[in-house]
Amino acid sequence: MSNKKTFLEPIIKNNPITIQVLGICSALAVTSQLKPSIVMGISVTVIIAASNVIVSLIRKWIPKNVRIIVEMTVIATMVILVDQFLRAFMYEVSKQLSIFVGLIITNCIVLGRLEGFALQNKPAPSLFDGLGNGLGYGLILIAIGAFRELLGAGKLMGVQVIPQWMYNMGYENNGLMVLAPGAFFLLGLIVWLQRTITKEYEEE
Amino acid sequence: MELINLAVKAIFVENILLAYFLGMCSYLAVSKKVSTAFGLGLAVIFVLAITTPVNWLVHTYILQKGALAWLHPAYARVDLSFLNFIVFIAVIASMVQIVEMVVEKISAKLYHALGIFLPLITVNCAILGVSLFMVERDYTIAESTIFGIASGAGWFLAIISMAAIREKLRYANVPKGLRGLGITMLITGLIAMAFMSFSGINI
Repeated sequence: MSNKKTFLEPIIKNNPITIQVLGICSALAVTSQLKPSIVMGISVTVIIAASNVIVSLIRKWIPKNVRIIVEMTVIATMVILVDQFLRAFMYEVSKQLSIFVGLIITNCIVLGRLEGFALQNKPAPSLFDGLGNGLGYGLILIAIGAFRELLGAGKLMGVQVIPQWMYNMGYENNGLMVLAPGAFFLLGLIVWLQRTITKEYEEE
Repeated sequence: MELINLAVKAIFVENILLAYFLGMCSYLAVSKKVSTAFGLGLAVIFVLAITTPVNWLVHTYILQKGALAWLHPAYARVDLSFLNFIVFIAVIASMVQIVEMVVEKISAKLYHALGIFLPLITVNCAILGVSLFMVERDYTIAESTIFGIASGAGWFLAIISMAAIREKLRYANVPKGLRGLGITMLITGLIAMAFMSFSGINI
């Protein structure tokens, strides 16, 4: 498989969230506003790409039966680096993300890519695979975040988008969108839309 | 009384799955049958009840800022809390391993019920999430233990109800693109909405 295909495939066609059904927890929890969603998308992309490359570099020296522990250690180290970085330079956002930065460790996308790709491939394709999966994840996050902030608060990135005259005419923000159920509904609808377009159905 | 209030809050009002979205992956994967959901739910309660107090001890006596003062006064300024993530996940992985071995020794029946689920639990974010919440909210050891068990119970409740609904759902005519993940998300949203009506309860 060419690097380009490795990079592009997970963005839409084999999206980690909507098709592979991995990493749902953080996708829902941090998306009540657009800004934390973007930061989270970038953090996860960096972590997947970096740990993919590292594991791919040492793949020949990892004994088979302790590989999960080795992978967990690599991921946890990357997550600590990202967490410290966010705390130092973007304190407000890191407070908003609270425990969900730490929970990237148990985000199944990262472990899934390490197990499924980096262990069998050279560092360069692993880098592209990591970037592609991270972006595919980030894309869904940004879509959910944008809808939730727009419908729930009438803002995007903290800037008022829906004009005052709309409110004067009786428009109201949908408070449900900011709460947990709104996230579930939106993700369900996005999955429906995507599967209708790509015709990738799942049998129950 | 405080503790009962905390437990009620963790089970119903701030359900770990329905309000904080933790443990979604295994929730989606294992909620197809009530019997397996029951086993996994029990295993989660079990592991949470053990790992939360253990992580509390580790955090308070080793990692927290100034925690090492009991070793030597000169260590009072050491702050190891940046190691939280890596130590917690190591504790969880090893506790799960120990629990698995002990259960295998003590009761073959319980091992058969929980056995296959235990390794899965290491990567369940609800377990790590509860430990991280405990640090963020400065719980005492009693509060942490209760919080751990109650969060597990809340997760158990959510996965059981979902599994029961999905068993019935097999006879429904769901639109093609909505089958699987889509409809499960929508139903979870409805359950979450129902659970929101518990908010504001104070005992």
